[in-house]
Amino acid sequence: MDTLLQQIINGLIQGSLYAIVALGYTMVYGILELINFAHGDVVMVGALVTYTVFSFAAAHGMSAGPALVLAVAASIVVCVPLGLFIERVAYRPLRRAQRLAPLITAIGVSILVEYAAALIWSKQYLSLPELVKPTPIQIGGASTSDLQIAILLISLLMMGGLLWLIKYTRMGKAMRATAQSHDLAGLMGVNVDQVIAFTFALGSALGAIAGVMQILYYGIGHYLMGFMLGLKAFTAAVLGGIGNVQGAMLGGLLLGLIESLASGYIGDLTGGVLGSNYRDVFAFLVLVLVLVLRPSGLMGQKSGDRA
Amino acid sequence: MLLEAAKLEVAYGGIRAVKGIDIAVDSGELVALIGANGAGKTTTLKALAGMLPWTAGHGSFDGKPLREMPLHQRVRQGLVLVPEGRGVFARLSIAENLDMGAYARRDGDIAADMERMYALFPRLKDRRTQLAGTLSGGEQQMLAMARALMARPRLLMLDEPSMGLAPMVVELIFKTIRDVSAQGVTILLVEQNARLALTISQRAYVMESGLVTLSGKASDLLDNPKVRAAYLGE
Repeated sequence: MDTLLQQIINGLIQGSLYAIVALGYTMVYGILELINFAHGDVVMVGALVTYTVFSFAAAHGMSAGPALVLAVAASIVVCVPLGLFIERVAYRPLRRAQRLAPLITAIGVSILVEYAAALIWSKQYLSLPELVKPTPIQIGGASTSDLQIAILLISLLMMGGLLWLIKYTRMGKAMRATAQSHDLAGLMGVNVDQVIAFTFALGSALGAIAGVMQILYYGIGHYLMGFMLGLKAFTAAVLGGIGNVQGAMLGGLLLGLIESLASGYIGDLTGGVLGSNYRDVFAFLVLVLVLVLRPSGLMGQKSGDRA
Repeated sequence: MLLEAAKLEVAYGGIRAVKGIDIAVDSGELVALIGANGAGKTTTLKALAGMLPWTAGHGSFDGKPLREMPLHQRVRQGLVLVPEGRGVFARLSIAENLDMGAYARRDGDIAADMERMYALFPRLKDRRTQLAGTLSGGEQQMLAMARALMARPRLLMLDEPSMGLAPMVVELIFKTIRDVSAQGVTILLVEQNARLALTISQRAYVMESGLVTLSGKASDLLDNPKVRAAYLGE
């Protein structure tokens, strides 16, 4: 087996999921300079809604196609209002407060969503009914599947769609203007509250689809799965330059690759002392290195450049 | 009256910056608001634009009650402010800045208006794809004015358009203000340079520590000994 190619494929797939989740962090940060710690938990809810839909579908003899469509629709229908609710209740009342206050409510809301999920779905590991049966595909010496390729393509498509939306639509322009200055955007006639709510809705919709893909990829869901995924996606956003949309995409893909390559070779490099279970270490090593060496990230501006 | 405010009071951070003033601007007028630093001129404009809440008073724009109207709604009604210190979107290009100026508009003549702005300020046209943050202070003021005009304002409020600019640029900016006024746009101008402001406006208000202490025809104020002593340096 070709380890290098295999790790690159694995890294790209997980990295594209990091990128989609990282977009949710970076868009909100760009507009509010706030880290929405609950975003990873919104992704978790998307994944667990998928679990519920699949369980229902399996019990009723539904086939994979309709079950998938239903899962995507249901997780968006649940996650978007959840994201809007979080913004309205936890962040909007504190918009003019000191910066520490919304950070604390962000952590509070994150814990709240996690334990609400534990009440609904229990604290067990939930394995997704095997409705979707991936067909293996060989590329060179590495193996992947049609499901994994689909995850990668859908993620890339969503990233492209998002870039287009931000660049060319009326709402996208309003988002970019609001990210530079709420007052100035308001003076152009932009309804800033509406733009912020839209940003949360958009991030949550992307997060919902990421949740569906995440549980399809691993086959297992858990009420705390959003915590580590959220931290990694946040790391990806910081790596790319938090607040920068292209940066989040690049950061996500890079982080996925770094993690995957490092965990693939760490056994050989350390003579078997450290194994691939040290994989998570690399993500946070990256976070520390970025914060020390280049706090503005790969594509971020220095904070002085902000309008 | 197009714009009216009565007993307008604004307080923030525990300070009453505007202490109950009456201001009115009629359609087609060019009205100046002059006074020393800290007199409350900028606060007055921000309150009229909707950037600061009114602590007391009431007002109307084109007959619609103003006090509770949100900022973005006022812009859609045609009440447009060019804030102090320009305030361009530094990380958007010049063309994108102009485009944002027309954000509140629903009609389709935006491209034609943009060409008009480029004709008015040819330097903006040469640099249309550059980021606004790379412009000089004078160019940024031109961009801020052009962007405000893109909104097709019915009342244009300008806060210190001459601040920190070279005399030649000030001349161009004031020529533009006069042209825009001549085209029928109503203007409320806040300006440190009292002589310049009184020369181009029809009426003026003089503010002193949060109150309007004098008002009247600009030509009368130019001759008023108190104004001459306090604001014209004579």
